[in-house]
Amino acid sequence: MTRYAAPGEPGAKMSYLPRYDHWIGGEFVAPALGRYFENPTPVTGQTFCEVARGTAEDIERALDAAHAAAPAWGRTSAAERAGILNRIADRMEANVEALALAESWENGKPIRESLAADIPLAIDHFRYFAGAIRAQEGSLSEIDDDTVAYHFHEPLGVVAQIIPWNFPILMAVWKLAPALAAGNAVVLKPAEQTPASVHFWMSLVEDLIPPGVVNIVNGFGVEAGKPLASSARVAKVAFTGETTTGRLIMQYASENIKPVTLELGGKSPNIFFDDVSAADDDFLDKALEGFTMFALNQGEVCTCPSRALIQEGHYSDFLDAAVERTRTIVQGHPLDLTTMIGAQASNDQLEKILSYLDIGQQEGAKILTGGVRADMPGELAGGYYVEPTIFEGNNAMRIFQEEIFGPVVSVAPFASYDDAIRIANDTLYGLGAGVWTRDATTAYRAGRAIQAGRVWTNCYHAYPAHAAFGGYKGSGIGRENHKMMLDHYQQTKNLLVSYSAKKLGFF
Amino acid sequence: MQDQPEQQERPEQPDQPEVSRVAVTPAAADVLRTLHAANGPLMFHQSGGCCDGSSPMCYLEGEFRTGGSDVQLAALRIDGMAEPVTFWMSRDQFERWGHTHLTVDVVPGRGSGFSLEAPEGVRFLIRSRLLTAAESEALGWHTRQS
Repeated sequence: MTRYAAPGEPGAKMSYLPRYDHWIGGEFVAPALGRYFENPTPVTGQTFCEVARGTAEDIERALDAAHAAAPAWGRTSAAERAGILNRIADRMEANVEALALAESWENGKPIRESLAADIPLAIDHFRYFAGAIRAQEGSLSEIDDDTVAYHFHEPLGVVAQIIPWNFPILMAVWKLAPALAAGNAVVLKPAEQTPASVHFWMSLVEDLIPPGVVNIVNGFGVEAGKPLASSARVAKVAFTGETTTGRLIMQYASENIKPVTLELGGKSPNIFFDDVSAADDDFLDKALEGFTMFALNQGEVCTCPSRALIQEGHYSDFLDAAVERTRTIVQGHPLDLTTMIGAQASNDQLEKILSYLDIGQQEGAKILTGGVRADMPGELAGGYYVEPTIFEGNNAMRIFQEEIFGPVVSVAPFASYDDAIRIANDTLYGLGAGVWTRDATTAYRAGRAIQAGRVWTNCYHAYPAHAAFGGYKGSGIGRENHKMMLDHYQQTKNLLVSYSAKKLGFF
Repeated sequence: MQDQPEQQERPEQPDQPEVSRVAVTPAAADVLRTLHAANGPLMFHQSGGCCDGSSPMCYLEGEFRTGGSDVQLAALRIDGMAEPVTFWMSRDQFERWGHTHLTVDVVPGRGSGFSLEAPEGVRFLIRSRLLTAAESEALGWHTRQS
């Protein structure tokens, strides 16, 4: 089989329901105002289901359910919660193709990525946090012979999670797994561009999760996201998105004195030192793939390596080869296993990318390949496709400074190590970066000098659960992945205990 | 608190500048009128970063708290609206965008963020062009070097 049948077609691995209500307290709940919105697939632009258009009333109902469930859930043993997370992972593993199909159909990404990356990573994420919570220990400090400070981890209670649309299931799992492992109940709002796939995930695992522990409220940001993010009834807000909404969520959180974690994107440099081309070998081939990673997930990745910095000594040769590699990217039907790049997630995303292709050329950047909307045949004509695009320009241009969130890389040369670091750090953001070199010292120095939360070194776009992910500078606050993520979902309880019967003598 | 950028036109007439930094298409003006009628005075804050970054986010005036880290690029006069729509951007982002003129347009879309127009099935979108030499001169803008 080279092409998966679309959801609902004969022989398809899954089908979507025609309509999704909210998932509250372990059951579907119709929106209080009775309104729904249409959910199109970016593959064809055609609506495939409708989804509840939630409002503050629905958020309150979900918070009621979460608060009802949180105390008992928070008291379950780590072993019990880990067991549930592992069973969720097992259930997902038994349904990899169905989940991958759901994710690709809703988001537009090629199914080979969903099969090889999104869903396996999501499964592993549950297993990782199942293990992490079992291994986590509190601590004690022996203050003196009579006094001991005990430190316990306690869940926060009910947390709000607002999920982006670029990896609808994986990004939900990045937030859900640590929150659930730590013993929190969740009210989750998926992105309005991708509201249904997480419901399909829930349909597979609903019997494993106690009612009210995970609640899903759909709707638009202003109608459902805002009442959730500004609610005094949530103990924490986790958000992935852009800077203005990130700031607004911080403002709401400040009114309630609640913590936030924010992942707000980047403009990640991918640096190729001269010695990358010192031999025509596997490593050079890997580096060229590393360059081409800008097209992974249609460039809709917060860490898209969207600025390629290539040292002057091999600039022309490496860039020529990179252009050739990019031209071999197969664009096509996202459900075709040979397709490497699919559809952008929405029409407005497509329009934004095209606006950047326009201003990039106005600023004098040169298009080396791509640069236009991709005309696709047949049913794909109504979808949102962009040709993988390489710009050549300089770091002052808007296309070097703002996240396009499309399959667009902006290339510039650099002269020296210092030059590379200066350009790499001349950005408002600091989420990801790539360093490619055969010299271990250069790799180490560059990795430490780049102001970004993750520096992939001789690799790119790997997302293991056991490596911390998050941003410096404007890219946000806090981390995701890694056991340290548990800290973002736990309170520290200190019992300071005296075992002495003697008074201090003050009074 | 509401700083004007140094490069901004005369601040005493922000709504009638000789050289504007921001324009609005007729289609976007229609949406603004609809939102104004339903909600009241409006503002934009230009977003950056991932997902729906680069989109101008439209809020009730004052919903998003601007401060010393922001600059006001314009106060947009829209026919049929009593109050101008203020247009804001983070100061550090403005340093990187200031050489371009922005036009607020609108396209069909799903939205995201907390922008007011999303439930209408449309999204505001920024289209850009370079400032002309005369505009840069009038605005006192000096492009930063890479």
